[in-house]
Amino acid sequence: MKRPLCPVRRAFSPWDDPGEQPLIEFRNISKRFGSFIAVDNLSLKIFKREFHALLGASGCGKTTLMRMLAGFEEPSEGRIFLEGQDLTGTPAHKRPFNMMFQSYALFPHMSAARNIAFGLEMERLPALEIKKRVWEMLSLVRLEGFAKRKPHQLSGGQRQRVALARSLVKRPKVLLLDEPLAALDKKLRENTQLELMNLQEQMRMTFLIVTHDQEEAMTVADRISVMDKGKILQNATPGEIYEQPASRFVAEFIGDINVLDGQITTKQQRNVRIFSSVLGAHLDVRYSTPAKVGDSAALAVRPEKMRLSLEKPEEPETNAIPGEVWDIAYMGDVSIYHIKVAETQTLRAIVANTSRLVERPITWDDQVWLSWDSDAGVILTR
Amino acid sequence: MNDPNLSPTSLTRSETVPALRHEPEAPENAPTNPRGTWGRFALICLPYFWLSVFFLIPFVIVARISLSEAAVAIPPYLPVIEWEQGLIGLWEAAQRWSFENYIWLIEDDLYWKAYISSLQIAFISTFLTLLIGFPIAYGMARAPRVWQPTLIMMVILPFWTSFLIRVYAWIGILKIDGLLNQALAFIGMIDEPLVILNTSIAVYIGIIYSYLPFMILPLYSSLEKLDTTLIEAAQDLGCPPLRTFWRVTIPLALPGMVAGCFLVFIPAVGEFIIPDLLGGSSTLMIGKTLWVEFFSNRDWPVSSAVATVLLVLLIVPILMFQRHETRRNEGDT
Repeated sequence: MKRPLCPVRRAFSPWDDPGEQPLIEFRNISKRFGSFIAVDNLSLKIFKREFHALLGASGCGKTTLMRMLAGFEEPSEGRIFLEGQDLTGTPAHKRPFNMMFQSYALFPHMSAARNIAFGLEMERLPALEIKKRVWEMLSLVRLEGFAKRKPHQLSGGQRQRVALARSLVKRPKVLLLDEPLAALDKKLRENTQLELMNLQEQMRMTFLIVTHDQEEAMTVADRISVMDKGKILQNATPGEIYEQPASRFVAEFIGDINVLDGQITTKQQRNVRIFSSVLGAHLDVRYSTPAKVGDSAALAVRPEKMRLSLEKPEEPETNAIPGEVWDIAYMGDVSIYHIKVAETQTLRAIVANTSRLVERPITWDDQVWLSWDSDAGVILTR
Repeated sequence: MNDPNLSPTSLTRSETVPALRHEPEAPENAPTNPRGTWGRFALICLPYFWLSVFFLIPFVIVARISLSEAAVAIPPYLPVIEWEQGLIGLWEAAQRWSFENYIWLIEDDLYWKAYISSLQIAFISTFLTLLIGFPIAYGMARAPRVWQPTLIMMVILPFWTSFLIRVYAWIGILKIDGLLNQALAFIGMIDEPLVILNTSIAVYIGIIYSYLPFMILPLYSSLEKLDTTLIEAAQDLGCPPLRTFWRVTIPLALPGMVAGCFLVFIPAVGEFIIPDLLGGSSTLMIGKTLWVEFFSNRDWPVSSAVATVLLVLLIVPILMFQRHETRRNEGDT
């Protein structure tokens, strides 16, 4: 597939339009297994042509939520709507969704082509039509030469593509992807992520993906719902989730972040000053927050927004604190510097290795200045 | 020789020394080690030895007797081969071999009727065992994990009692004033007692009861391996539950079904105890005919011919079963 690496997306944000009817709506959904609460009074709207990701650690309820949509589980409370119609009581085989299973769940006794045809046969389409659409799908996933192979004669990547073709061939209202790429190696996974995005654009379909891999969610999704303990902690675009995390959990779950606990000392609209008792210093940050003067709050800064220098930077609106290089993790493209800024506090800064590493300008035990712009930080109150 | 333990120890030590000297120290020489080759040879020979002693030789003896004639003697047949006369004796004996017993089997309709009736009874009871065994195996495979060992245990439990005693027990259940008739009369379902014992129904009941575990266990092992997400996948693709059963569950349980059917069919054809105890004189089965020929008529040659033909008849399904098993094992890898 020769396509641009990042398909150009036009501004797509139906969730900001209050008049837009959601395709799928979870309304106050709860699911209990015995005394275990898998999903806890959760509400979520998914819009047409959206690529939505449910992101969370295992056991957070994301898979249960998807299985309730597919009809494999009935919610203990609440309702699920499809285009405003209540889905409660509709059995799985009558719901217009198709799932791509984590294990792929290909029928081992059927060839690749028969697997893909299975769903169409259920619709009792004419044989010629089925054949045509199966071939369309096989060519879409580039498996024309493997139509007659049984699943056990296919490689992991090929099986994954058969599973994808099988779930797409019925043109479902929503394609459900349950950890679809977990079994693939890193390179193949990254390629497949891009293919999934292209496919979703091309077929103008709605995708719902369940994943524990935050990079995967960030890459493919229009919006991400970060879940923990059966609740959605934040539902926003990847950019918002990364740059304006709603809580400490979200901030720490997505990527790496330095968190400094402190107290708000002054506040003038967006200009906030936080006192960190660990550092014994006042730190400036420009960020909208409902917190008031005197509230305890945490200042969080992503490591790639931190700068390192041997001299104290003199620019205005910059926070600078002295420290000592404690550790350096060389990753190839970047190095992560662990800077000890106080007896009980180290902060991480990511420095791009822009030239070949012969002699580091900053190395172990150096006394350095760690600085960041007041725009770089985020205030976390939860 | 003050210490009695001393001398055996020194003996073993001196014994191991020459053996050690022969053994090459380098590990890469190990495959050429003659002892290793012999060990492997002995290992391969063992099952062949077992098969020839307990299967091939008895079969040859039976086949030999079937070529003889009945006689008032001990053993009650004319000798077929006179070993004392060597190869010439063998040649002379071979000229005297008679296939009369086999011709007799065709001429007297008792035998082929018994064969056909045996095959029919075995076939029908295999089918009924499958019908009964499938839901049981399915229920076991879908039961909570912690329950499954107990359920398997319950299927195997009857084997702890003698097969003969269990078949005898069915007489007590099925006879005119037996448990079944008493129970049915008690709940008012029947006025007249049902005549089940000494009919073919009793034989079917006996065979199904006795061989049900052989059907359930392979079926269970197939169904237990069946991934439930496949069922979900079928439903997700728009397949209603009953159709899912036909299109997904049955095809994937097929290896277990085939294995179970062979395991029931093959022994059921030659079954002797069940028709003898439960079937009375009304059911004709080849196992029983063979018994009568052997012990009542004391016609060893004819009964040997009956046994040989039965074996040849069963070789076809046995070979089919083995091919099926090989293919199944290949499919697994």
